[in-house]
Amino acid sequence: MKKLSQKELLKLDLIAVRIRKHIIEMLYQAKSGHPGGSLSAVDALVALYFVHMNHNPKKPNDPNRDRFILSKGHAAPALYATLAESGYFNVKELGKLRKINSILQGHPVCTSTPGVEASTGSLGHGLSFSNGVALAGKLDKKDYKVYCMMGDGETEEGQVWEAAAVASHYKLDNITAMIDRNYLQIDGNTEDVLKLESVKERWSSFGWHTIEIEGHNIKKILEALDQADNTKNKPTMIILNTIKGKGVSFMENNVDFHGVPPNQMERNYAMEELTQLEIKLEAQLK
Amino acid sequence: MSSKLMFNPRNAYGEALIELGEKHKNLVVLDADLSKSTKTIMFAKKYPERFFEMGIAEANMISTAAGLASCGKIPFVSTFAVFATGRVYDQIRMDVAYSRANVKIFATHGGISVGEDGASHQMIEDIALMRALPNMTVLAPSDATQTKKIVHLMAENIGPMYARVGRADAPIIYSEKDLEELKIGKGIVVEDGKDITFIATGTMVEPALEAKKILKEQGISARVIDMHTVKPLDEKLVLKCAKETKAIITAEEHSIIGGLGSAVAEILAENNVQTRFLRMGIKDVFCESGSPAELWEKYELNEKHMVKKAQNLLKK
Repeated sequence: MKKLSQKELLKLDLIAVRIRKHIIEMLYQAKSGHPGGSLSAVDALVALYFVHMNHNPKKPNDPNRDRFILSKGHAAPALYATLAESGYFNVKELGKLRKINSILQGHPVCTSTPGVEASTGSLGHGLSFSNGVALAGKLDKKDYKVYCMMGDGETEEGQVWEAAAVASHYKLDNITAMIDRNYLQIDGNTEDVLKLESVKERWSSFGWHTIEIEGHNIKKILEALDQADNTKNKPTMIILNTIKGKGVSFMENNVDFHGVPPNQMERNYAMEELTQLEIKLEAQLK
Repeated sequence: MSSKLMFNPRNAYGEALIELGEKHKNLVVLDADLSKSTKTIMFAKKYPERFFEMGIAEANMISTAAGLASCGKIPFVSTFAVFATGRVYDQIRMDVAYSRANVKIFATHGGISVGEDGASHQMIEDIALMRALPNMTVLAPSDATQTKKIVHLMAENIGPMYARVGRADAPIIYSEKDLEELKIGKGIVVEDGKDITFIATGTMVEPALEAKKILKEQGISARVIDMHTVKPLDEKLVLKCAKETKAIITAEEHSIIGGLGSAVAEILAENNVQTRFLRMGIKDVFCESGSPAELWEKYELNEKHMVKKAQNLLKK
C-alpha cells in the first residue's frame, strides 16, 4: 500500500460521510430499507473502492478486476452509493432505490446494476460465491482478489461454515472476507439471539488468518487489507468492530433502525448531523 | 426387456463430460462426495485441475458454481437429485436462476427407481421445484444416448439448466444418428399413433414404448412422445397430439403435482382443449424401499399399468 497522507485519509472520511448522506436520503425516499447495517459497512466500502481494489467503473466486466461481494445484501444502499460515487452509474439513480423500473432493487442483483457481482439478500451465500470466483482465479492464474462482506448475524447461517471450510481446504488466499461486527441483528444482540463469540477463534479454527480491527478507521482497514493480500496459503477474515447506524447519533447501536427507514424529521436530523461533519472535514482539508 | 441393450445414463454423463472437457477448456465440474455414483469421477481423473470436490456441503457447492460461472466457467454440478434441488433450493433460486448464471445442475438418482435407499433418497419433486423457477430449463433424458446429447446441449447453450436421470441401467432407445437434430424444448415423436398419446419423460419413455407394442396387439394405436424438455415445454406438440389423438396420458417418475403432467394439463386447459387426459406419476405420496421393478409395479409406473390406463381412458 502506498502511504496515505493525513489529507488523503481525511478525503476518504469525507467520501464516507457523503455516502452516509446518500444512504439516509435513499432510504427516506424509498420509505423502506435497512439503515443500521448500511451505515456500519460504509468505511470498509470506502477503503475498498476508493483505495484498495483494482477496479475500473468504465469496465465493470474486466476479467482481471478485483471483486467485491456484498453477502449482507440488505446493506445494498451502502453498496449502491459507493458504486455511484465511484462512477459505475449516475448518482441520480440513487433516488430510484426500491422504486418500480429501477436498476437499484431492494437487494443487490448482478443482472440489473453495473458493478454488482452477485445477487444477494438471502443470507449466507456470498462467501460460497466468492469461493467460486477465487477458484476460477486460481485456475486461470489470475491475480485478482475477492473481497466478501458478511454481517455478523449472517454467520449464523450454516452455509457460511461450509464456505469457510472449503476456502480453507483449497487454500484460497485470494479471498479476504470481512464481518461487519456490529453486535446487532433484528431480534437483538447477537450474543442473546445466537451466541457468536468468539468470532475470532471460530474463524481461526477453520484455518483462516484472522484480523480484528476497529471497523470505522479507514487507515486501519487499509492496513488489514494489505496484510490479508500478503497472507499466503490461507484465506483471511477481517473482523470489523463496528457500530450499527454509525454516523447518525440516534441510529447508533439502535436495533430499531435495522430495517426501518428514517421519517422526515429523523431524516432532517440525520442530514444535519452528517452535514456538520462534512463541513468540518472540508474545513480541515483546506 | 433382458434382450435389450442396457446402458447407464450416469456413465453416459461421465463420458459426455470427458468429451466436453476436451472441447471446452472452461468447463469445470463440482461434486459433493458422490463422484463415484454420479460418474463425475471420470472427468475428475482426466481433468483433475478442473474438478472440484466440495465435500458434503451442497449449498456451498451451488453458490460456488455460480461464482465460477461469473468468471466465464461452465460449471456442471452433480449430486443426487434430492440433494441437488430440495436441499439447495434457495441457492439455486438466488445464485443460479435469479442471477441467470450459466450453471448446469446435472442430478442423478432422480425418481423412485433409486429403489432400496427408500423415500429419503427418491426425489419426486425436483422437476416441480425447478420448473417453478424463472429462467430455468428443465431436462430429463430418457436413455444413455440422449443423456450424452443433452449434456452436450447443456454445455453449448447459455443459461441455468437442470437435468435429471435415474440411477438404474436403462435400455438404449436411440442411436446417435436418431438424435442429430435434437433440440432443447422440442419433443420427439418416437412412435406415431392415432388413438392415444403417451407424453413421457425420462425413465418413463421406455415403458411407454413397450405399452405401445402391447396396445398394438389389441388394435389400439398409441403415439409416444419423448418430452425430454419439461421446461420450456413443447406446447405446439402437446396441442398437436391433443388434436390428432383421442386421449393423452403423461408419464413421469415424479409426483403428479407440478411436473410434466401438470405442465401438459396447464396447456390443455388454457387452450380450451377438451380431451381425455390422465397423469401417471407418484400420486402425492412418499414411496418406500424396494427394487425398481417392484416400485414401478406398486406405484403403477410400468408398461402394464400404462396399457391398463390407456384402455380405461379410451373407454371413458
